[in-house]
Amino acid sequence: MDIDWAWIGDHRDTLTEHALIHLRLALLPVVFGLLISLPLGVLCRRWGWLYPPTLTIANVLYAIPSLALFMIFIQYTGLTASTVMIPLTLYSLSVLVPNVVDGLASVSEPVRQAATAMGFGPLRRLLRVELPIAVPIVIAGTRVAAVSSISLVAVGQLIGQGGLGYDIIRGYQLQFQTQIVAATVLIVLLALITDALLVTLQRVLTPWARARGRAA
Amino acid sequence: MITFEGVTKRYPGGTVALDDVSLECPTGRITVFVGTSGGGKTTALRTINRMVEPTSGRVLIDGEDVREKRPAELRRGIGYVIQHAGLFPHRTIEDNIATVPYLLGWNKKKARERALELMERVGLDRTMAKRYPFQLSGGQQQRVGVARALAADPPVMLMDEPFSAVDPVVRAELQDEFLRLQDELHKTIVFVTHDIDEAIKLGDKIAVFQTGGKLVQVDSPEDLLAHPADDFVAGFIGQNRGIRTLSFATTSGLRLSDDAVRPGSAAAADAAGLDWVLVVDDERRPLGWTRPAGVEGTLAEARLDPVGATFRVGADSVRVALDAAVLSPAGLAVGVDGDGAVVGTAAGTDLLAVPTHGSSGPEDDG
Repeated sequence: MDIDWAWIGDHRDTLTEHALIHLRLALLPVVFGLLISLPLGVLCRRWGWLYPPTLTIANVLYAIPSLALFMIFIQYTGLTASTVMIPLTLYSLSVLVPNVVDGLASVSEPVRQAATAMGFGPLRRLLRVELPIAVPIVIAGTRVAAVSSISLVAVGQLIGQGGLGYDIIRGYQLQFQTQIVAATVLIVLLALITDALLVTLQRVLTPWARARGRAA
Repeated sequence: MITFEGVTKRYPGGTVALDDVSLECPTGRITVFVGTSGGGKTTALRTINRMVEPTSGRVLIDGEDVREKRPAELRRGIGYVIQHAGLFPHRTIEDNIATVPYLLGWNKKKARERALELMERVGLDRTMAKRYPFQLSGGQQQRVGVARALAADPPVMLMDEPFSAVDPVVRAELQDEFLRLQDELHKTIVFVTHDIDEAIKLGDKIAVFQTGGKLVQVDSPEDLLAHPADDFVAGFIGQNRGIRTLSFATTSGLRLSDDAVRPGSAAAADAAGLDWVLVVDDERRPLGWTRPAGVEGTLAEARLDPVGATFRVGADSVRVALDAAVLSPAGLAVGVDGDGAVVGTAAGTDLLAVPTHGSSGPEDDG
């Protein structure tokens, strides 16, 4: 395989630009996914009967091919970034909702009872005790959602919104391997860096969980 | 004072957790709820801070119905300690302890100062303040649990099997310190346990619950042991209640003999008539037991058997003294004073001659 290093050097700016677009297209859906999953997970935890149907819907959504979802949303949002980001947001739910529910379930019964008995009201208990304790598990889910979203974005190039996906398709059309390889390597790098940043974030936010890991 | 007035808790399925319970828990005292599992003792405890709402009847604290306050507000004024401590894993020890002060809106500095003060009070090193709960042993976590319950200085404390999940040695330690703490603080405490020994050791008053949420007897530990109300209570107290009664007999009036006590410098021949001799040093601290017969020279040169357990005259109960007598090679309990100096010895039979509060009648329901 011949890599045209000079081409990469010449196109550093475009590649960087595509990488940033790529990141935005991939990560905004994860943020939206979290904003939807947190209240949804809290509701599922409070009313247990809500959880099975919610999870089924999230999984069914995940099973719909992205191309089909693009075709559906293109009627409403056209060839815009939203048409890529809405399906990715929906996909993230199948990972994030169960993680929020599991995270809240990881709060032990004595801790929940102690909080109640100390005089935390339900909302304060959720915000100060239950959600903070759920953070490690929620971040673990966020890592999976973020990495899969970064790899999925490339498909968005089918409707002209793919970030580095552009370079993969363009390289294929021109039979120019360098562009394909450069874009692929960048996508993997973005995924690795994002994952590393999330791990760091978790360590900073939850020193108590990191220390628990060390002691175990 | 906490008052239960005809408190009944019936669950929708028809299960009765509390059956018309009426009871008074005196101010500044420890009232222990004891009983079999399913007896409703924890349910009864939780009606006090409204974690369980009774189906009928009411609970009053100092004459005021607990339902007159909002639950969260009521609970901030009541300390609560549970079995597995229930510490918040994501908060440091000091912040765990300062939980209620924070909820009450104290500023952070004052709340943390209070936390540090309490850590010392419950026997925790201040250096642990910034650690997280998982870094502490079970016993230490339970101490934090007690400190957390005390943080806002509530007049009432509820304790739900707080010492059940730790090993026996640590449990005894925690119980002793708990009693020492209560001597200083005089809280109104309701303490739930399934362990009758713990109930007898800690309780000023014991309430025995039977399956189905029935309160069968409320009495002082002495009276409970001496006069169990029925077969259930007698069975629950167990086989050794005679011996347990001795826990309440004081050793202060005990006649102790000095006959077998000799300094190490004494000649063995002088004590030849005695079966066993307790050898003591210049300050009358016990060195060990020996048989003087056949020993040449002074007693200090004889082979000594360890003294083993002693009892503190006045401070320890007859039960402790009897235990010391049984374990002593000579069959004699060694009584010591506060400095550890020997006051005298007593034989097991002397100890049993001590009148006990509970031995007034020959009744035996068993």
